[in-house]
Parts: sequence; structure tokens; C-alpha cells
Amino acid sequence: MEGTSITRADELPEEELMLAGNRSCAGCSMSLIYRMALKALGKDTILTVPASCLTVLHGLYHKTSVALNVIHTTFETTAASASGIVAALEVLGLDKKITVVGFAGDGGTSDIGIQGLSGAAERNTNFIYACYDNEMYSNTGTQRSGQTPYMAYTTTTPHGKIEHKKNIPMIMLAHNIPYIATACASYPLDVYNKFKRAKQFKGTRYIHLLAPCPPGWGFQTEETIEVGKLAVKTGIFPVYEIIDGKMLLSKESEPCLDPKKRSPVADYMKRQSRFKHVSQQHIDTYQEYVNGQWDFISKML
Amino acid sequence: MVSKGKSKEVAKVEGKPAGIKGREIMLITGNHAASYAVKASRVQVVSAYPITPQSPVVEKLSEFIEDGEMDARMIRVESEQSAMASLISASTTGVRVFTATSSHGLLFMHEQLAWAAGTRLPIVMCIVTRAIGAPWSVWTDHQDAVSQRDTGWMQIFCEDNQEIYDTVIEAFKIAEDERVYLPVAVCFDGYILSHTIMPVELLSQAEVDKFLPPFKSHLMISKSMDDPIGLNPVTVPDPREGFPAYMELRHRMQQALERSIAVMEEAEGQFGKLSGRNHGGAVRGYRLDDADVAIVGMGSCSSQAKTAIEALRASGIKAGVLTVRLFRPFPKQRVRDALKHVSTVVVFDRDVAYGLEGALCAETKVALYNAPKPPYIHGFIVGLGGRDFTTDHVIQGTKMVVAMAKNKEIHDETTWLGLMEGE
Repeated sequence: MEGTSITRADELPEEELMLAGNRSCAGCSMSLIYRMALKALGKDTILTVPASCLTVLHGLYHKTSVALNVIHTTFETTAASASGIVAALEVLGLDKKITVVGFAGDGGTSDIGIQGLSGAAERNTNFIYACYDNEMYSNTGTQRSGQTPYMAYTTTTPHGKIEHKKNIPMIMLAHNIPYIATACASYPLDVYNKFKRAKQFKGTRYIHLLAPCPPGWGFQTEETIEVGKLAVKTGIFPVYEIIDGKMLLSKESEPCLDPKKRSPVADYMKRQSRFKHVSQQHIDTYQEYVNGQWDFISKML
Repeated sequence: MVSKGKSKEVAKVEGKPAGIKGREIMLITGNHAASYAVKASRVQVVSAYPITPQSPVVEKLSEFIEDGEMDARMIRVESEQSAMASLISASTTGVRVFTATSSHGLLFMHEQLAWAAGTRLPIVMCIVTRAIGAPWSVWTDHQDAVSQRDTGWMQIFCEDNQEIYDTVIEAFKIAEDERVYLPVAVCFDGYILSHTIMPVELLSQAEVDKFLPPFKSHLMISKSMDDPIGLNPVTVPDPREGFPAYMELRHRMQQALERSIAVMEEAEGQFGKLSGRNHGGAVRGYRLDDADVAIVGMGSCSSQAKTAIEALRASGIKAGVLTVRLFRPFPKQRVRDALKHVSTVVVFDRDVAYGLEGALCAETKVALYNAPKPPYIHGFIVGLGGRDFTTDHVIQGTKMVVAMAKNKEIHDETTWLGLMEGE
């Protein structure tokens, strides 16, 4: 990534807008993503957050762990809420000064909130929509979402989900928005850089962030970064940007273009108890799905 | 002449100067009366989704905005749910906002209505009343508005287009009063008012500006970026460290609703001085002072009732009408005072609190339960899904109730007027 990218942690702004001592779980990658995102967004930001794990991070009335204006909104209304903030700022002449950001989970984005998101993107509403994807309804006790991957155990798919994950970034691509990016919590500087980059565009910008969830996925709290890296190295979660319709693969995902350099999906699955019931046949099916995903990506580049 | 490319519902009428400088009289529909009031109120963000019979309200506002007559943003959202959600956040950011809807659109907003009231936001909405499916009906009754009565919104019903214009402007004044800070719905009958042309006197912009100062609210976060807040986080059951919890906040919302009746009357008084029109506050009597029988209704029910008074009086029934303008908060004391001298009350409801009776009838009974001499009350369900509610129905129903009152008959089941034969 060109321009404003940073390559070292000591280049990050020192100011913390997500304060220490919040209510997220031990090993939560959402809080890491959020910390990086808020550093990139800076103080002149209004956030809107729907019902999700992030609501928990924000704390219980009358205390909060976030030093920015945030409008908590209902589950399905992140993008509509952002549309209202943007319209108000435009009429007040503050839209160039203040960045509007919707920050939602995968269920709030790809299931209950997709109508509002699609509407806001079709209107090219001037805001950043960030989806932190922990691949299930973690906040309500780990139920299946449209982002739950194939064969993952959730409390509502006790024998594993039969369907594959919904490809939201590609749905967003169909809305002709100026900036789309994916990033993984395990690469925090990439998260930071992509929010910085998103800020430079006008119109709807969408960032999809993989957020490994220790209690939901079934791994130890100290393994968060490692599990997330495996999602990228196996090619299960490709990391890229799409600027004005053109895809640019991020360096973390570049090796995956070569099928021989992709780690086998089994390496990723065996690290998480949500996949502990899977058969070799399931693993093969998942591997084929990931290979197909990369055939598609290589045609897009 | 129909202006090209613009909303085709009504011929464009050149405004005729009224008696007072800067005012003009226009022949307009109820929908457009609302649009003109919204423009005069200097609304800054409109967000809406099309639905019959509301759509012309927003079509006209789109014209005003695109023609540069109104300095506002229009968000053409993809649903009513998003309409209200976006207004909640726009209002919180610090601007005056408006929407209009009907029927299923209103029901689709239900969750957001509760959120708007809980956030204590001075949002104003027109509900152009229409029946609720299934089955489909595009015609008027009050089921949509009445079904939202527990969300914490104020609800004011109108009887003519002038009242719509005046009430929309007043609604912003009431909603933005610091004793209230609650959303207000201005309700009027689909088609009967929404698509009927009547003369409406528009105030001059200077007059409206004098009555309604620039927007202010307890939440204007764009003005305090250096002192950020987290709005509507999770609350716990009990107060902590002197801060209120959910129950205290809900108590304050109810107290604000209770206070709002006097604030509404105050606003009416001020508006009356300015415009020369006073719509009566929470309730309005028609030939009620010397009446022995009161007919109670809202919107089109009350206007229809007035047409029957002469005939009822000629037949020996001394009837008058009590129009309930403010349905939420329900003005219990005002209703009790207005009906203290009558022996019999007849309520016509264009809605059903299903499983009980007409909603207005039930509320009227609640208001009168503690009256020193409670009158006999019976209600009728009329005019659902646009069925004509006629003067004959009013006369027929009133005579029935007068007869029932003599024997103090108790009817727990509902009585419906105007059904097909054999039903």
C-alpha cells in the first residue's frame, strides 16, 4: 500500500481513543481491530454501533471505554444511522471535517443489516462501514450467521454449518463504491493502514475485518494472532483492497496466489474446536472451496 | 394547470394574498399542507420511503429541496425502518428532522419509534392514517397510528387541512420544548384529508420564524466534538454512583409525556395569538356546553359526528361533540372536565384494540372512571378499511346508546356499525 502506509508499530499515533480496561473477552481480536481503527480515524469521528460485541466493549452506562462520540443504534440500522449523521453534517457544513463510521459485527452486517447497508452504499453515502467478522453471533452466545464458515460448530449448527460463508465484499463491489478492503486482526498495521486509506476517499467505503474469537471458535486466548494468520496463510481469508473496482492483493495474501504456497486448510481447522467433528471429506470440500475462491481472485487481479 | 414533471396529485394553485401581509391562501391537499408546514418550519433533514397515501407529502418536499426553496437534505432511504433510524441519528447530530408514513410503513418503523422516544428526540412525523393488513387495504382508518400508542410518542389528530398545517408547525415547538423533548406524530385521515383540496392560510416565513426559533435539543453532538458522549449504551437494572438506570429514564419519559399536555396548550395559545386560530389544545368541544349526550371521536370520526348534531337535537337528543386531538398522552383530566356535565357518552372508533374494544372508547372510560358522576358510555367500531362512516351511522349509534343508557345495559362485546347485511 502506497502513500501514508506505516510499517512499524512505533509509527502508530500514541493517543488511545479506545481506552484500557474495557469489557471485551480475553484474547478478543475485535478490541485490537478497534484500537487500530480508532487510531487511524482520529478524534474528528462520529461512530455508530449496533447491538454487538462492540456494544459490550463500549461499557455500561455511565462509563465508557471509548473517547469518541458514538451513537448506539439498533441491530439492523448501522448504515441508516450513519446516513442520518452524514446528512446532518452536510447540512451543517461539517461533513469535510468529521468522518462518519459505522462499526458492526458480521450478523449485523451480512444478515439483519444488509438492507440498510445496501441502501446506504447505493446512495454512495459518505461514510466508512467496518464489519468485524467473528463468523457467528458471538455476543448472544455463538449462534450461526451468514458469515459462519462451512462445517463450523455453532450453538444453532450443532453438527456443523452446511453452507459456505457469504461473500460480503463482493456484494459491496456490486454497489460500485470507491473503496473496499479486507484485513485480519493478526496484522494490526495493515488494519491501521486500511482505515487510513479509507479516510482518503469520499463516498461509501467498506472494510471487512476477520476477528478470531477464542470462546466462539474454540482456541486458547493466547492463540488469537496465530489463528488469524493461519486464516490468511491458508487462503481462507484473502486480504486485499478494491479501489474503484480494481483489486490489489495485500502482501499478506500474495503467497496464496501460488496453490503450492497455501497452507492446507486442515492446519487451520485442527486448531479450533468448532471444527473438531469434521471428516476428511469435509476438509477436502473446504479445501476445494478455498481453491475455487483463489481461481476467482486470480481472474480479478 | 399541472406543473410538468412534478407531483401529479394536485393542480398547482397560485397563492392568493390573505388579509395579513406576507400570508397567502392556497387550495391544497392535506398532504401538501403538511409539506408547506415542514418547509416553513425550516426542517433540515427529511428521510422517507414511499407509501400510499403519504407519498405526496415527501414528493412535494423533494420539489422544495431540489428547487432550492428549502435548505435541507433529503435521504431517499430503502425502507421506513431506515427512515426513522436515520432521523434518530440526524437529530442526535443536531438538526431539525421530519418524515411521513402510513400503515405498514409505520409498523415497519415500530422498533425505531420506541428508540426515538427513549432517546427523547424532538422528531416530527406525519402519519397519514391507513388500515393495516392482512388483507391489503389502502384506505383510511386509525389502526396504524393507534397501534403505536405505547412507544412514547405524542400523537395529535387533525380534522382539516388548516389544522394539519398549523399542527405540524406547533409540533416542532412542543417537541423541542425542554420540558418535553419527545417525538410528535401529527395524524390525519388518508384520502379524506390527505387527498382533499381545501383552502389553507399559510403564515409568512417571518411569522413562523418568530414562533419557532432555530433547532435546539439536549443532544447536538456535532457541536460538542471535544466532549464526546456514548449515547444509549447498555444500562443495568439499578442506579450506580448516583446515575439513573433504565427505570429512572423511563420514569422521566412518562413524566415528560404528562407535562406535555400543558406545553401543547401553551404552544397552541402562542400560535393562536400569532395566527388568529386556536384548535383547542388537547380536546375540542363542539356544541358541548349545553349537551347531555357527548359524541367522542378523533379525526374523520369527529368531523362526521358534527354533521349529525342538528338532526339529533331536532329529535330531542341534546348532543354535542368532543374531539380528542391529543391521543397520546391521553388527556384524562381534560376529557373528564369536558364531559363532567353529560349523562351519556358515545364513542366512535375507526380502530380496534383487538380483543378489547375501540381504543378511544377504552381510553375515554379510563379517563372517566374516577369522575364524581361517571356517565354511561358505549362505543362503536366504524369505518374500517375506508368503509364510509356516515351521518346516519352517528344518528343511529347515538340513539341506540341513549336507549341503552336508560336501562344501564352492560355490553362487553363490541358493536359494529355499517357491516353488510347478515354479518
